[in-house]
Amino acid sequence: MSIAIAMVLVVAGSILFHVLSPWRATPIASNWGFIDDTMGLTFLVTGAGFVAVILFMAYCLYRFRHVPGRRAAYEPENQKLEAWLGIVTTIAVIILLAPGLFVWGQFITVPKDAMVIEAVGVQWNWSFRLPGADAQLGSSDVRYIDSTNSMGLSPADPKGQDDLLITSGDLHLPLGKPVKVLLRSVDVLHDFYVPEIRAKMDLVPGIVTYFWFTPTKIGEYEILCAAYCGTGHPQMRGKMVIESEADFETWRTAQQTFEQSRKSDAGRDKRASAQ
Amino acid sequence: MTDASVPQNVAPPPAEVADVELYHAHSWITKYVFSQDAKVIAIQYAGTAITVGILALVLSWVIRLQLAFPGAIPFIDASVYYQSVTMHGMIMVVYMLTAIFLGGFGNYLIPLMVGARDMVFPYVNMLSFWVYLIATLVLVSSYFFPGGPTGAGWTLYPPQSILTGTPGHEYGIILMLVSLILFIVGFTMGGLNYVVTVLQARTRGMTLMRMPLTVWGIFAAAVMALLAFPGLFVACLMLLLDRTLGTSFFMPSLVELGERKDYVGGSPILFQHLFWFFGHPEVYIVALPAFGVVSDLISVHARKNIFGYRMMVWAIIAIGVLGMVVWGHHMYISGMDPWFGFFFAVTTLAIAVPTALKVYNWVLTLWHADIHFTTPMLFALGFLVTFVNGGITGLYLGNVIVDVPLSATLFVVAHFHMVMGIAPVLVIFGAIYHWYPKITGRMMDERLGKIHFWITFLGAYAIFFPMHYLGVLGMPRRFYEMGETAFVPASAATLNIVITVIALAVGFAQSIFFYNLFKSLKHGAPAGGNPWRAASLEWQTPETPPGHGNWGKQLPVVYRWPYAYSVPGAPEDYLPQNAPPVRGERSP
Repeated sequence: MSIAIAMVLVVAGSILFHVLSPWRATPIASNWGFIDDTMGLTFLVTGAGFVAVILFMAYCLYRFRHVPGRRAAYEPENQKLEAWLGIVTTIAVIILLAPGLFVWGQFITVPKDAMVIEAVGVQWNWSFRLPGADAQLGSSDVRYIDSTNSMGLSPADPKGQDDLLITSGDLHLPLGKPVKVLLRSVDVLHDFYVPEIRAKMDLVPGIVTYFWFTPTKIGEYEILCAAYCGTGHPQMRGKMVIESEADFETWRTAQQTFEQSRKSDAGRDKRASAQ
Repeated sequence: MTDASVPQNVAPPPAEVADVELYHAHSWITKYVFSQDAKVIAIQYAGTAITVGILALVLSWVIRLQLAFPGAIPFIDASVYYQSVTMHGMIMVVYMLTAIFLGGFGNYLIPLMVGARDMVFPYVNMLSFWVYLIATLVLVSSYFFPGGPTGAGWTLYPPQSILTGTPGHEYGIILMLVSLILFIVGFTMGGLNYVVTVLQARTRGMTLMRMPLTVWGIFAAAVMALLAFPGLFVACLMLLLDRTLGTSFFMPSLVELGERKDYVGGSPILFQHLFWFFGHPEVYIVALPAFGVVSDLISVHARKNIFGYRMMVWAIIAIGVLGMVVWGHHMYISGMDPWFGFFFAVTTLAIAVPTALKVYNWVLTLWHADIHFTTPMLFALGFLVTFVNGGITGLYLGNVIVDVPLSATLFVVAHFHMVMGIAPVLVIFGAIYHWYPKITGRMMDERLGKIHFWITFLGAYAIFFPMHYLGVLGMPRRFYEMGETAFVPASAATLNIVITVIALAVGFAQSIFFYNLFKSLKHGAPAGGNPWRAASLEWQTPETPPGHGNWGKQLPVVYRWPYAYSVPGAPEDYLPQNAPPVRGERSP
């Protein structure tokens, strides 16, 4: 008997918690509002299912609890009822799945005009690379990594010489322009995660992965790593700054190219060896 | 159902397999230590699983204390935290849940429920337990090696798991991999036994469609495990070679902390495929026996046949088949080809249909029933609530695009603890309260059992339900400390403290169960052979606890399904499976 009451209270408590909870998704700052919508739809459909099943069960527990003289009915099956329940459930699943797959189709289709940038993960910090004047990123490989080339760019590739290297962990992006983020790791799995843009993707050593989004809100957002990468995992942070096109251009022109960084590093090395 | 005028079931089919003489133990050692009796092996398996499960429970307190009071407890540093996370997860999933459902309940119940004298390969069955015990000892021994156990996370993803940025990379990871390989060897011996016993050693009249759903669940889980564990086996072996001999199965060229490694050309994602090819079926390896057991608990204590038995069997089979092709939903953001997302989202959400039908049939079994709120029944009902709750959050994570923001957050942690942590553990408790009288001949204390139920059920729900919302907020899992993070409000830390306090209380409350378990051995009320007035075969043994060989001189003959409760015209509200047919009876 008390279990029937407990079930009603569990349902009521869960709904109340859902309504009153101060822990909600962060304000969205990208084009992926469809993801939030699909999740909202899922909350409605599954929430209704949860409430219906548990309350019906609570009713049965109350109504058919043992009292002296009660005897249960004998009904091995009811194929018509089972078929109907199967059909209703299938329809509910399709209602959830269809929009989900539709949005996934958008998620994996990168717009042609997307700006291509690169995020590189290393235990335990982030660095970034933006294309230079040629609008192309040069090739890279872990075998090129040394003290003057922490991101492993190919020294011989002309496309890479003007690439802008950002090793401070601060990534600036212009508002409203689609961005394709190429993801590369030099050691272990990492995951580029900014809660406000909803999208995330693993960085896998040995291959280049990607995802895309369009920033829709000016502001500063924290970049976290969402794939466990060793003891320093929680400290692997970066900053993503969404700003106006003009501010972005100002910031971009202040960044060092690969060529410049090699020269200044080489100059420093020369001075160091001369002393 | 067939025409009522034809009395079916009256003449049981002849025995297909002749009764064979068993090995009879001659000494205390061969009877209780190196025993070949499935019932003793079951107790050994369950005892080991529960013991190592208590260690994993204590490790969960380490995790919770750190999350609630970061840095406040001196001995919990990042390494200890990640080692605790890893060992807690691996022990609970493999060494506790898998071992207790298949090695524990499988060994005890399969022979008794299908009317066999023992498992078909008793000697191999004995070996299975001893290899499992060694596997467990190897795993726990990693605490005594330099560097301690591995802190790679229970998924053991390379390259990180075998590199120096991860605690336990010296010996812990090697011992973990060796232990898993041993576990799988031991499990394979047991698993073959369970499958062959179900297929070959059923007594006369025990057709497949007259088996209790407990046996169906364990049987399907054993088949799945035999297909899935080899994936983990080769993954562990290859990772072990990468770690010890420097092969590059899973290791690409990489620079670790400024130092170029010799690895070249391996694929980290290949490991993930192999791991989850095991890892997802593993969820059902735990869930299917729980489904089976809970069906039987509900039916017995509601004095009503399980509703839609045939649908329940087909749903188990459908879940077993579909469960083998959904592993990619753990890898939506792994960097695998994104087109896989469509396939795995469809298979994953398709599995919701047979699973939901099972839930409906459990609930419909309560319709027009005669419900006794015994302790086992309460645990079964608690399972329904937590399983439905945890099952529907699977619809979020399975639906590929919804998974993208939620993956790797506390939503995932809350989901899988609700659905494959709390739900199966409630079934394990219910099953122990239910079958304890058969195993020991004495009842457990109902009052203590109910106190244990209320604290565990409500407490566990209060731990994991709010945790989903921290995941929706975006709080990542596997963070030793959140630190200063702009999007995380201070109230999240408060919630973490509340969750930890409840978790500690629920953990300590388990001592009520253990007190009851041991006290009832001597002081429990005598149970008799069939205290729940249950119809299935294990309650009809000539002796309680059943002797070696289970059935005395004559194997039982089965005339009907195990759910003949409240049959119209029957003198009592249950008809044992081996009771001769009643005139005009229409039981399947």
